[in-house]
Amino acid sequence: MRLEPIANPTVTRTLSLPLLALTVTVFVASFLAMLAGANPFSVLGLIIDGAVGSKFAALETLNRATPLIFTGLAVAVAFRARLWNIGAEAQLYAGAVLTVLLGTGALAWPSGLLLPTIAICAMFAGALVLLLPAYLKTRFGVDEVVTTLLFNFVVLLLVSMLLEGVLKDPMGMGWPKSARLIPEARLPRIVEGLRLHWGFGLAIVSAAVVWMIQTRTTLGYEMRAVGLNQKAAQFAGIPVNTVLIKTALLSGGLAALAGFSEVAGLKGNLTLDLSPGFGYTGIIVAMLAFLNPIGVVVSALFVAGIFVGADSMSRAAGVPTYIADIMLATALLLMVLAIMLTRFRIVRE
Amino acid sequence: MAKQSEAQVVLRLDRITKTFGALVANDAVSLDLHKGEVIALLGENGAGKTTLMNILFGHYTADTGSVEVFGQELPPGNPRAALAAGVGMVHQHFTLADNMTVLENIVLGTQPLWRLGFDRSAARARIIKLSGDFGLTVHPDARVGALSVGERQRVEILKALYRDARILILDEPTAVLTPQETDDLFATMRKAVDLGLSVVFISHKLHEVMAISSRVLVLRHGRLVAEVLTEGTDRHVLATLMVGEEVTPPKVADSTAGPALMRLQNVSTADQGSAPGLKSLSLDLRAGQIIGLAGVSGNGQSALADMIGGLTTPLSGTIALENSEPVNWTPRAAVSAGIARIPEDRHKTGTIADFDLTENAILENYSEAPYSRKGWMNWQKAEDFSKHIIDTYDVRCPGPQTRIRLLSGGNMQKLILGRVLEQSPSIILANQPVRGLDIGAVSYVHSRLLDARAGGAAVLLISEDLEEIMALSDVIHVISEGRLSPGFPRGSKTAAELGVWMAGHGFDEEATNAA
Repeated sequence: MRLEPIANPTVTRTLSLPLLALTVTVFVASFLAMLAGANPFSVLGLIIDGAVGSKFAALETLNRATPLIFTGLAVAVAFRARLWNIGAEAQLYAGAVLTVLLGTGALAWPSGLLLPTIAICAMFAGALVLLLPAYLKTRFGVDEVVTTLLFNFVVLLLVSMLLEGVLKDPMGMGWPKSARLIPEARLPRIVEGLRLHWGFGLAIVSAAVVWMIQTRTTLGYEMRAVGLNQKAAQFAGIPVNTVLIKTALLSGGLAALAGFSEVAGLKGNLTLDLSPGFGYTGIIVAMLAFLNPIGVVVSALFVAGIFVGADSMSRAAGVPTYIADIMLATALLLMVLAIMLTRFRIVRE
Repeated sequence: MAKQSEAQVVLRLDRITKTFGALVANDAVSLDLHKGEVIALLGENGAGKTTLMNILFGHYTADTGSVEVFGQELPPGNPRAALAAGVGMVHQHFTLADNMTVLENIVLGTQPLWRLGFDRSAARARIIKLSGDFGLTVHPDARVGALSVGERQRVEILKALYRDARILILDEPTAVLTPQETDDLFATMRKAVDLGLSVVFISHKLHEVMAISSRVLVLRHGRLVAEVLTEGTDRHVLATLMVGEEVTPPKVADSTAGPALMRLQNVSTADQGSAPGLKSLSLDLRAGQIIGLAGVSGNGQSALADMIGGLTTPLSGTIALENSEPVNWTPRAAVSAGIARIPEDRHKTGTIADFDLTENAILENYSEAPYSRKGWMNWQKAEDFSKHIIDTYDVRCPGPQTRIRLLSGGNMQKLILGRVLEQSPSIILANQPVRGLDIGAVSYVHSRLLDARAGGAAVLLISEDLEEIMALSDVIHVISEGRLSPGFPRGSKTAAELGVWMAGHGFDEEATNAA
């Protein structure tokens, strides 16, 4: 068996295969729920109900999507230029640390001045975390997959050290958590009384800005050229290394905004469980979106919906929450397969 | 010729059809190969020659049609079966292990893996006998990495003969050879035929086809358009059959060379792996002159092109432009110095396959006005430019938003030509500018280069096709192992004489004379 490219895939093919992938995903989830002793036919309904069935559920999904949009954008920007940033998790925590450093009273400024300052400093922190791997890659050819991945553990341990040390909340009864942000450093809610903060708005704006950068600016053209064919870009005179460094700064900054938004918008302080793997899930989000920044918003909502929906389903049906992880993994694998099969057909020898 | 048609048919392809998506690579092609003959498969690049042979050898499966070897039908898609039936193929790109000896390469794959030792002396004796019988001189204990391209090809042929091939398929075997090595290869092919083997010779070089084959099969757009006896035809007939229209070689008017626009003095560059760097090379590129750089592939052509194109800087020696010596030599510096660069590999280096025509058209100038202002792209201006190229250079495409990977090689090359020539360059670096193009596109590219020369540009034409070099160049230099021969004015050397230089002779005498 081998693959043969399809010159012009039909619209039916492009639409039906991803839908089929989703259907199979639901089947897998239903089967697992059945093994766990629940009624398999109720699974899909419970997931949808849990993700968007009520105002509360829908807002929860939007909240969960917010950090995923940021990390998804970070990964999409980097991968587009073939800079394999696996370290969005580390950059997220770097942004969170900066938020806590500046937001717990160090700067007693009004909200309108303080929040942008914190956001920009957080972005610098995240950018700095990715700068070193990017420098090692461009200067010495060190594989950034390895360095960015390992940085995740380094930064997480560093945060752990800070939370046991200088950042530890003196009023925290000994728990490893930071002090709470001052009210001026909190991101306000979009609508009073509803649990959705302006981090979500910032995420949407960021997606639009990234889209503008990629399609309308000279830097975006350079980033796409470097990603599609580094050799040709080099030949044409595009400064490949400079472009990679700029890409790293943008990507790291975007991931750091996830940390800023989670601390300033949702949690109010920093703990070690701030991110349940948002940095890694960002890779899934970006891949499902074909690295398209607008697509990232859609796929982040989808992924968040599955998380929130499957969480709620597992509570309602009395099955383990791990089914949500399995569903997401299945959805990703099948979606990648479906995307490939829209462009290739399998031929029997 | 009556005798030949009675001879045993050793290979029969019956109505082979193969499609790749919408492209029909082979359209009901049939052919018979008799015992003891050389047939030539002639056609332009993309005519379907290699596809047909890959089907025969089992790399591809035909949609319809069958392959018979010695009267037995071959199972489709099985290279092992083709090998076992006695078909040996020598590809354009060799499949040898550089770090092993000739002998090891030849026996590789013929010995069962679970047996520890093998009878080295028997294998050696057999290889030496085959070398003698077929005139394939190569030392069995030499390491393949140390061999020349011509010698490696002999190893490939020995490999096929060692496996008892009765049918040899040679896919564009002369593309990498000097004229002398080509003569040696032809001698080997004649010996093979005398010993009762049969040969399929794939080529698009007419004089070689005339010299070696007894029958010529002409493929055009995947279809077998003619089958002629070589005795009863000539090059013009074959050329017309191959392209389907009359072709005229370009007329080259005399021109006088102007001032040097670029001077290289004693330039040396680092070796790139097995490819030699430049060895103290000096060359002047003069206005209104085409300098042809002949040489066997991999002798420093890339090193020179990369250096002039700004991709590498010399280890020693100087690059001087008309009125300046550039300090920071980069691709961008080369472009702004007015150097038009037509790269060797238009698919991987010259264009970005998934960019559209517009994005590719501005690849070298994207950062300048009017395409970019203060970091923002002006796509309207970029599209105007690409439309202008499409119109002026006759790029056949659905539109400026077409991804360039969907274009044919010729149209891709026209876009590159437009991209660089529209900047009114003073120096043109054309590295293999017509490789893989059909004859129509070839003459278009050549006439554009001649136009540029008439307009006062200095042109450096790098090519492995000696005929092309001799047809266009005012002065010919030969490059070998990174060294440059003296310049030979148009018509002062025959192909054979240049071939001696291409094989690396003459350089040392030159050095002695100079000293």
